Amino acid sequence: MQGRGLFPDESTFYMHISEGVLSGPVLVSGMALAAVGTAIGLKKLDYDRIPQAAILSASFFVASLIHVPVGPSSVHLILNGIVGVLLGWGAFPAILVALTLQALFFQFGGITTLGVNTVAMALPAVLCYYLFGRMLHKNNSIALFGSFACGAFSVFLGAIMVGLALFFTEENFFKVSSLIVMAHLPVMVIEGIITALCVAFLKKVQPTLLPGYSGENGMDKPGKSP
Amino acid sequence: MLEEPFATGHSQIHCLDPRLKVLFAIVYSFVVALSDRFPSLFAALGLSFLLIGLARLNIREVAKRVIVVNGLILLFWLLLPLTFEGVALFYVGPFAVTREGLLISARITLKSNAILLAFVALIASTSIATLGHALNRLHIPEKMVHLLLLTYRYVFVIEQEYQRLVRATRIRGFRSRSNMHTYRTYAYLIGMLFVRASERAERVHQAMVCRGFKGKFYCLREFSFSGLDFVWSALMALAVIGLGIVEWT
Repeated sequence: MQGRGLFPDESTFYMHISEGVLSGPVLVSGMALAAVGTAIGLKKLDYDRIPQAAILSASFFVASLIHVPVGPSSVHLILNGIVGVLLGWGAFPAILVALTLQALFFQFGGITTLGVNTVAMALPAVLCYYLFGRMLHKNNSIALFGSFACGAFSVFLGAIMVGLALFFTEENFFKVSSLIVMAHLPVMVIEGIITALCVAFLKKVQPTLLPGYSGENGMDKPGKSP
Repeated sequence: MLEEPFATGHSQIHCLDPRLKVLFAIVYSFVVALSDRFPSLFAALGLSFLLIGLARLNIREVAKRVIVVNGLILLFWLLLPLTFEGVALFYVGPFAVTREGLLISARITLKSNAILLAFVALIASTSIATLGHALNRLHIPEKMVHLLLLTYRYVFVIEQEYQRLVRATRIRGFRSRSNMHTYRTYAYLIGMLFVRASERAERVHQAMVCRGFKGKFYCLREFSFSGLDFVWSALMALAVIGLGIVEWT
């Protein structure tokens, strides 16, 4: 909102590993995991729901380019927690697509790291869906805790996965990995706050979007309006 | 605001079969990512520069991308030489700058730039719509391709929606600072983006059903593999084999 465009800058490095850093085995395992997750996500997503998933991944792509001020600097939102809550397993294909578009529009990230980066964002998203999705419709304090935890935990776990990917590449990356995880701590708090407020907003405005609403289950069961 | 500055052009690379470009970009990126010797890394960087030259792209836009990616790499240069274990070359205060750390930073720099430039020359020189069709012809699962193309189509719509919401907050005197009010505003703005998006999705789906959508998308685009493509695929195969020989013999 500071008048600058949506072009990403260095702060997009959160939860993002550049090309040319990781070793072959790490890259290949990332791709394999991403492929499995995406296959499950696509299987749960029938053709009728593709416009819904596409439009949500488009909003995820745009929203994740927003700079939020933190003290003297600013961070990019990641929002994988909220994508997980809204899409369940559909987070895998949605995040894969959003990262692909990031590479295509800005050449940020590339082909070899697509798998690892997808897993680092989508796996925590799916976990958060299972861990906290049910809490969001409980009373206010539980929902508040659940949504804050969802935002914070998905970033924390993503940072841990990025750290592990580096550590498995080269044990000497250990210090860098721990620095990366530490650098995510402020982002974690911001994401937790934003997710909690955003979920509270959605609960008021359109609760059908959230999982577990009157028996409907995110993307798993199509929530067609009667 | 979202642009594809490299997608239009009349260079040889722009005229190549996009399927060939995608395949070569994948193979080339992996070969470079897995290389470790300096001769092959320098050769790869040279090749990538050659590709950029042949694609005749807007150098200023290319530079913008290169700067963003190297801003990240700068962090590696600051951290890795100090944190890597190995032979200390010299000391900065209490910290030892190790030879291994410097070497790995140099490798990462070369690899990252070579892969980025090749990606710009080969993939970004194709429009995203064409790329989707090429991926379809390369047997990427259909659902995935259609998700990609539909998302691409709606990114622009959502971005306009976002700009509208931002304008509305500005008119009301909103200023972005680090306080709770700012975070609440962003959170509600993002929530609104999702609400509008899902309403739109419902309408899009209804419109598709009205037009006889039967649960399958058809890709009508055919690609032809021309003589030029044969020449280029031979050159590309030679380049990859050459890099492989330099690296692994």
